Amino acid sequence: MTNNERTLSQSLWDFFCSLKLTMFLFITLAVISIIGTIIPQGSPSPEYLQAITQNKLKLYQSLGFFDLYHSWWFMLLLALLSVNLVACSMKRFPQIWKTITRPVTVMNDGLEKTLTNLTVIKASGNAAELRDGVMRVLKTEFAEPLRTEVNGVYHLFAQKAPWCRLAVYFVHLSVVIIFIGAIIGSLFGYKGFVNIMEGEGVSKVMSRSEKEIDLGFTVRCEKFSVSYYDTGAPKEFKSILTVLDNGQPVPGYNRVSVIVNDPLTYKGITFYQSSYGKAGEYHFTVSDSNGKNPIDLVVNSNSSAKLPDGSGMHVLEITEDISPYAQGLSGPAANIEVHTPKGGTRRIVVYANHPELNMQQARQSGGPLFQYKGGKERIYTGLQVAKDPGVWVVWFGCFLMVVGIYIAFFMSHRRVWVRIQNGTITIGGNASKNQGGFQLYFERLVEKIKAQLSAEENK
Amino acid sequence: MTSSILFNITTLAYLISMLIFFVFLASRIKALGIAGSATAFVGLAVQTVAIGLRWRESYALGVGHAPLSNLYESVVFFSWTIVLIYALLDLRYKYRIIGAFVMPFALLGMAWAQLGLDSGIQPLVPALQSNWLLYHVITCFLGYAAFAVACGISIMYLIRENHEKSTSANEQSIVATFPTSRVLDDLNYKAIMIGFPLLTLGIVTGAAWANYAWGTYWSWDPKETWSLIVWFIYAAFLHARITRGWVGRRAAWLSIIGFAATIFCYLGVNLLLSGLHSYGG
Repeated sequence: MTNNERTLSQSLWDFFCSLKLTMFLFITLAVISIIGTIIPQGSPSPEYLQAITQNKLKLYQSLGFFDLYHSWWFMLLLALLSVNLVACSMKRFPQIWKTITRPVTVMNDGLEKTLTNLTVIKASGNAAELRDGVMRVLKTEFAEPLRTEVNGVYHLFAQKAPWCRLAVYFVHLSVVIIFIGAIIGSLFGYKGFVNIMEGEGVSKVMSRSEKEIDLGFTVRCEKFSVSYYDTGAPKEFKSILTVLDNGQPVPGYNRVSVIVNDPLTYKGITFYQSSYGKAGEYHFTVSDSNGKNPIDLVVNSNSSAKLPDGSGMHVLEITEDISPYAQGLSGPAANIEVHTPKGGTRRIVVYANHPELNMQQARQSGGPLFQYKGGKERIYTGLQVAKDPGVWVVWFGCFLMVVGIYIAFFMSHRRVWVRIQNGTITIGGNASKNQGGFQLYFERLVEKIKAQLSAEENK
Repeated sequence: MTSSILFNITTLAYLISMLIFFVFLASRIKALGIAGSATAFVGLAVQTVAIGLRWRESYALGVGHAPLSNLYESVVFFSWTIVLIYALLDLRYKYRIIGAFVMPFALLGMAWAQLGLDSGIQPLVPALQSNWLLYHVITCFLGYAAFAVACGISIMYLIRENHEKSTSANEQSIVATFPTSRVLDDLNYKAIMIGFPLLTLGIVTGAAWANYAWGTYWSWDPKETWSLIVWFIYAAFLHARITRGWVGRRAAWLSIIGFAATIFCYLGVNLLLSGLHSYGG
C-alpha cells in the first residue's frame, strides 16, 4: 500500500467517524424532513400544481420532492447516518471494552490526579486490619472489592454497573436494527387495499404499487355496519369477516368482527377496517318518448350506461319509498342524471309506481321515456391489507433503543479505589454520569468508612 | 360540572404562583420562593383531581374515556405535565426561581384552554378507541413538558450569562439571584435527559399504535415527521454535549429551537398542515 492510499483510507475513516458528520446529518435530515411536510407528498392536488410555476414543478419532480422520503438521496443520508454511527461505535468501543473487562485496580499517582473525588484519612493501626475494615464497608455499602498488594501497599478496587457503558452502543445498534426491519418489510411485505361487498369474498388484493397480489385464501365479508352516538358522530365501523381456506371456513376465523383498532390477522396478512361505501345495481326500462322500442337497462353505481339515442345516464341516488319526500306518491324512485350527446345535462326523478309521471316527464323534455324497475343496493367494506415480516425486527430495535437510552442516561459506572500505606488511607472515586450525585454518594461512603474505622479502634 | 370549576381554580393558582415568583425575583425574599412553589403544587393537586373528575364525568355521560381526546383536553394535560416536571426538578434540586420561567408556560396553556377552547366532553371517534391512546399521549406530553422546562431554563441561562459577562459579580440585581450559568446549563441538560427518553417512547408507542390500527408503523405523516424532527434536534443536542462539549450558549439555543419545534409538532402541524392527527392531540 502506498503512502497516498493510506492517507486516503485514513481520512475516509476519520470522515465517517467524525461527530461533525453526525451533527451535519441530524440537522440536514431535520431540515429536509421539514421540506417534506410543506411540499405535498404523493400525488399533489391539481390546485397545488396550478399554484406553482412549470419550472418549479420540473425542479421538484427531478429532485423527487413529491416522494421525498423515498428519494435516493434521502436514503443515502440515512445510509450515511448508519455508517457514521457504526464507525463512531467501532472507533470508541475497544477503549470502553477495556475499561469494562480490564479495570485499573490500583490507584497510582497518575490516576489519583484525575479523580475529582479524593479523600485522605489518617489512621493508626495494622495495615491489614485497616484494609479488612474498609473492605467490610465497601462490601456492605458499595460492592465486593478486589484486593491487590503491591510492594507492601494494599490496594482495593470496587465498581458498580460497568456494563452500563455499553448502553450507548446498544442504542446505536438499535437504529441499525430498525433500518434492517424496515428494509425487510419493504422487500418481503406489502401494503394493499381491498373493497369487499357484503356477502362476497375476495382472494386477491391490490397493492399500493398497483400490483395484484394473490392472498392464497379467501376473505368473505358477511356484514358491515356503522353505529352512531346520540350526537350523530360515528361510534363504530364493524365488518364481520370469514376466512376461507380451500373453500372451507377456517376454525377460529369464522364470522370474526373487525373494527377500527382491532384488526384480523391470518397467515401473516392483516386486515384493517378502513372505509366503507355503497354499491348498487339498478334496473330501468328505456324507450322512445312515445313508449316504443323498450329495452331493459342495468346500471351500476359508479358507472354510467349508454342509451339507444347516444346519450349517457348514471344514478345519483335511489330510495325504496318516495312518500316521505313527495306527498301523494309512493314506491321506489331513482334520481338520475342524463348527459345528452350535445353536452347538456339534466336531472330527473324516475318512479316505479307512477308511469304517468315518467311519461309526462318524457313528453316535456322530448327525451327517452324511463321506467324504474327497482334496484338492489349493497354495502361494501374497505380494508387496508398489510404484510410486514420485518415488523418484529423493528419492535426489537425500538425496545433496545428505549432500554438503551434509559440505561445510558440514568445509570452510571461508579468506581472506588482505596490505597492503604503507612497509616494513610487514600480513597478516590469517579462515575461515568451524574457527577453531582456521585459526589454526595462518595462523601457518605467516606463517612461510613471513618465511622467503621473509629469503631474498630475503640474495641 | 365540578371539574370545570376545579380547572378554573387551577388556572388561578398558576397565575398566583407566577405572580409570587415575579415578586420573588424582584424582592429576593426567600419565603416568597417557597410560597410560589407551594401555590404551584396546590394547583397541580387540584388539577390532578379535576382531570380525574373529568374522566369520571365522561363515564357518567356514557362516553367514558381518558380526558386526552381533543385539543382542550390535551392542552390541559400539557399544563399538568409541565408543572409536574417542574415539581420534580424543584423537589430534587431546590432552584425555586426556575418557576418564574416555567409557570408562565403552564399558565398560558390553562388560560388558553379555559378561555379559548371548547371544553365539552365528546364521545371518542373510532380511530381513538384504543388503550394505546393513553400510553402514547402520556409519554409524548411528559416529553414535551420536560422540553418546555428545559426551554425556560435555557432562557434563564442566556439572561444570566449575559449578566455574568457584562457586570461585576457583586452587583445587586434580579439576575444575580439566578443559579449560576454552570448550574443552569447542567439543569438544561438534566431536563432534556428526562424528555428525550420519553419522546422516544412516545414515538415508539405511536408507531406501535399506527401499526396496530392501520398496518403501518411509519407513514411520514406530518405529525410523525415533525416528531422525528424534534427527535433529531435533541439527538444533536445530546451528541454535541456528550462528545464535544457544546455547552453553554449554543446548547441553550439548541434547547430553545428544540422546544419551538416541539410546539410546532404539537400545535402547528394540526393548525397548519393536514394529516392523521386532525383530532388535536
